[in-house]
Amino acid sequence: MVDLGKYAGTVLGAYGVSIALLLGLIGMSFRSSARTRRQLEAQEKRMGRHG
Amino acid sequence: MSIWEYANPKRFMQTSSWALPWVTGLAAMVLVTGLTWGFFFTPDDYRQGSTVKIIYIHVPAAMMAINCWAMMLVASLIWLIRRHHVSVLAAKAAAPIGMTMTLIALFTGAIWGQPMWGTWWAWDPRLTSFLILFLFYLGYIALWEAVEDPDTAAELTSVLCLVGSVFAILSRYAVLFWNQGLHQGASLSLDREEHVADVFAYPLWLTIAGFVLFFVALVLFRTRTEIRARRLRALEARERMV
Repeated sequence: MVDLGKYAGTVLGAYGVSIALLLGLIGMSFRSSARTRRQLEAQEKRMGRHG
Repeated sequence: MSIWEYANPKRFMQTSSWALPWVTGLAAMVLVTGLTWGFFFTPDDYRQGSTVKIIYIHVPAAMMAINCWAMMLVASLIWLIRRHHVSVLAAKAAAPIGMTMTLIALFTGAIWGQPMWGTWWAWDPRLTSFLILFLFYLGYIALWEAVEDPDTAAELTSVLCLVGSVFAILSRYAVLFWNQGLHQGASLSLDREEHVADVFAYPLWLTIAGFVLFFVALVLFRTRTEIRARRLRALEARERMV
């Protein structure tokens, strides 16, 4: 493990916050994509049935 | 083949479904390599100690925060001039990414600033213009949510994007416009006097490339979602009319 010395908390804090924000953004994007996809498929199926 | 072909949502979906796995894979590879190199295999700075490692997140995030707004500006102008829906949907898809990048730049800047400047925050020109840029991102996203008619929302958000561009430019050049404040000038410059040492610059270039590829991959992915959402709204409207 790399020795960060007295600034370990500062450096790891910066990386931690950034990775958490990026993972949050990716997670939100996936969730929104899955929901939209599901709704669109259901709508297309419904309209296909009813012409 | 013209770039305007991609204004056709079907064409965009076809091309992006082919390109997305490649861009995503490349982004992951470049980003992981750049961050690993920067974090584990670069020395401490003689003045800043190990905090210099924050540069590999802070600088690429700050650059993407500004460049994302620039991309949104181009996409908004295309919408205003040529009325291509895909372009304005791409701008809408990019906004949360840009907002996250701005937030990362602000957070990492504050965390870095505390031990180096002795303060988390100062009303320095660059810091303040970045905070305003963050508020513009928030406003842009809120405006999309607040207006029900998608074309009116596209119109209003595009105009907001034009206005916000002033702050995106200020965020980039604030240090030059007002020669005061705590924030330093550009980290990467052609001027050897200003430029960071090569040992830090090489992994930094790599992480910047990684952030750019990550941005492209996520914009493609999110634009696909926006196109599907638009089709869903159109089908629901058609169903209501029958």
